[in-house]
Amino acid sequence: MITRFLADEGVEYIYGYPGGAALHIYDAIHRQDKVHHVLVRHEQAATHMADGYARATGKPGVVLVTSGPGATNAVTGIATAYMDSIPMVVLCGQVMSHLIGEDAFQETDIVGVTRPIVKHSFSIKHPSDIPQVLKKAFYIATTGRPGPVVVDIPKDMTAPTEKYEYVYPKKVKMRSYTPVGRGHTGQIRKAVELMQKAKRPILFGGGGLVLGESTELFQQLARKLNIPVTTSLMGIGAYPQTDRQSLGWLGMHGSFEANQAMHNSDLVVCIGARFDDRATNNTAKFCPTAKIVHVDVDPSSIGKTVRVDVPIVGTAKSVLEEMLALLGESKEETPDLSDWWKQIDDWRASRTGRLYEQAKDGEVMKPQQVVEAVWKATQGKAYVVTDVGQHQMFAAQYYKFDKPNHWITSGGLGTMGFGLPAAMGVKLNKPQEEVVLITGEGSFQMMMQELSTCAQYGIPVKIINLNNQSLGMVRQWQDLNYNKRHAQSYVQSLPDFQKLVESYGHVAMKVDTADELDATLEKAFASKDQLVFVDVYVDPHEHVYPMQVPQGSMRDMLLSKTERT
Amino acid sequence: MRHIISVLMENEAGALSRVVGLFSQRNFNIETLNVAPTDDPTLSRLTVTTVGDDRVIEQITKQLNKLIDVVKLVDLTEGQHIEREMLLAKVKAVGAQRAEVKRTTEIFRGQIIDVTPSIYTIQLAGDAEKLDAFINALGSNTLLEVVRTGVSGIARGEKVLSL
Ligand SMILES: Cc1ncc(C[n+]2csc(CCOP(=O)(O)OP(=O)(O)O)c2C)c(N)n1
Ligand SMILES: [Mg+2]
Repeated sequence: MITRFLADEGVEYIYGYPGGAALHIYDAIHRQDKVHHVLVRHEQAATHMADGYARATGKPGVVLVTSGPGATNAVTGIATAYMDSIPMVVLCGQVMSHLIGEDAFQETDIVGVTRPIVKHSFSIKHPSDIPQVLKKAFYIATTGRPGPVVVDIPKDMTAPTEKYEYVYPKKVKMRSYTPVGRGHTGQIRKAVELMQKAKRPILFGGGGLVLGESTELFQQLARKLNIPVTTSLMGIGAYPQTDRQSLGWLGMHGSFEANQAMHNSDLVVCIGARFDDRATNNTAKFCPTAKIVHVDVDPSSIGKTVRVDVPIVGTAKSVLEEMLALLGESKEETPDLSDWWKQIDDWRASRTGRLYEQAKDGEVMKPQQVVEAVWKATQGKAYVVTDVGQHQMFAAQYYKFDKPNHWITSGGLGTMGFGLPAAMGVKLNKPQEEVVLITGEGSFQMMMQELSTCAQYGIPVKIINLNNQSLGMVRQWQDLNYNKRHAQSYVQSLPDFQKLVESYGHVAMKVDTADELDATLEKAFASKDQLVFVDVYVDPHEHVYPMQVPQGSMRDMLLSKTERT
Repeated sequence: MRHIISVLMENEAGALSRVVGLFSQRNFNIETLNVAPTDDPTLSRLTVTTVGDDRVIEQITKQLNKLIDVVKLVDLTEGQHIEREMLLAKVKAVGAQRAEVKRTTEIFRGQIIDVTPSIYTIQLAGDAEKLDAFINALGSNTLLEVVRTGVSGIARGEKVLSL
């Protein structure tokens, strides 16, 4: 019944790992050919694969794991998806119903364990409930503010003694769950009036634009009013970053001009971002002169961390449509923002060419220049997946994204190990597209067993390992806050990555100096159906800048090891 | 400020743990909590009293509303409402104390519902303040055991919390 439902729901791939409590389901998968199962090497990877797929396509990722350790191994991936509002359905095997509560072999209360990190969860109580419950699970995971849903399936539910008729439920209705629709017209009108009057406005787009498939409308709004645009880390790609109106992304490691513009603005129009601490710095000092308009599908995101002047609960799409319609009707002239733009261009100019110091000939490379080279080598068109650390921030800063869904990173939870499996999930479903993983030697080692899965299914991702031989981001904080005491941030006994990768039958390359970089990248990207791992040695002492000063305002930033605002 | 939030939710396994979990997960405070099925067997009604400033209370109601099991809720303290809590107390009652305890109970309009030669068991309903005052009046050296149900509430007048 589960497999038939998944096929009817249009699920092509599920990612998982078998075990006792899930064996009936595995047997059913084996006896059909519509739903393809991808066998990972660790359940966490299954969740990240499903997650990567969901981020790139907007469709829910589906995971199947067994009870107990299978389910607990999936927890990190569920939490990762939860924090970034990624639609996902996780099917967990469970011990037989009559054994529940008896500490049976491989029993864990996975509904309990995952309660704070799911949008909702279900336990199957009767075999005939399966289609309806699964339909609800998909409905909840994908509508409103998306998120992961766990379905706990006791083994006896998948091998009933009686036969039940299967009917695919076309519709769901739940009296206690109605996803948010259109925003309040009066509020939207107010927001539009503010935008027409503001002298120093800024548009701030978040991941909600990407998830809510409304980036085009967002771009129309920005262009129509000539307003400068910034995004959150999750909103990267919602507005073309090579466009003049883009200030890049904001926050802890965001661009100088974006953070300055936020701090000095008189109107922040935020759509689909949640003002988390990495984006706002100290909320008491946040945008002191600005009125704030906040559009979100989740009412609880509004007013949670910063005060909001015009709250609008609605889908980004419907609210943007209404804003554009109101602007279309309006007789007001488009506001003149030339002074504001002049100020912004000055901020920009003051940093141009000074973002980092290029390595001199023969010196070890800077990670930033490697990311720039990757951007050029892929014409800025690749799906870029990252792990977590300095390399993640460098990737976000130096790869310029012009399209949504192409920047795939664990923003909210910051999960090292996310990268490789997420990249695999993207590549498997978009075989024609270039998929690049930018990782660090620390993060990569958390999920490197998945090189085996790549070999089994022929998943030719390209891996750029920014190898600084250290847990760089940790080391940076230790340099800045712990008087350079590098407690446990040096990765000793690194493997020979080349040999390691080759042992799985993949291709590995190594780059030590800048003069080899472009040629090696070209070779790597020329290979279309081979996984290529490029181990790039980079400066272990480099820091990520700008970096907002803790407890400061948006504009309080360290700009290099010696400069600050 | 103290708020009484009354919640209609699906009468399903796991619903209560989601509500309680939410409070600990988000560092919200629970002063009292009670829950029971309603006249509609598919719904339960949960009442929670909590304290917090406006921002915290707004988050509490929004986060509760976000739970899939929650059908509807109301912050009773936003309008005119009636609040009731019940208390059962076991009290030492020997010699002169017997008359004294009986009189205090009558003043508070409580009832003595069980008697032994040395003990009264008392039942009392009212708002939380009244129950506090009663316990104070009895004094700690006569009090052997107290059970309170936690606050329930309902809006005054026409307002109804239902589907
Ligand atoms: C699972 C997990 N454990 C610990 C951390 C804390 N952490 C954040 S960045 C980082 C270092 C990452 O090292 P590496 O992958 O080599 O990237 P680099 O910063 O060197 O570029 C650590 C340990 C985390 N984010 N995730
Ligand atoms: Mg590193």
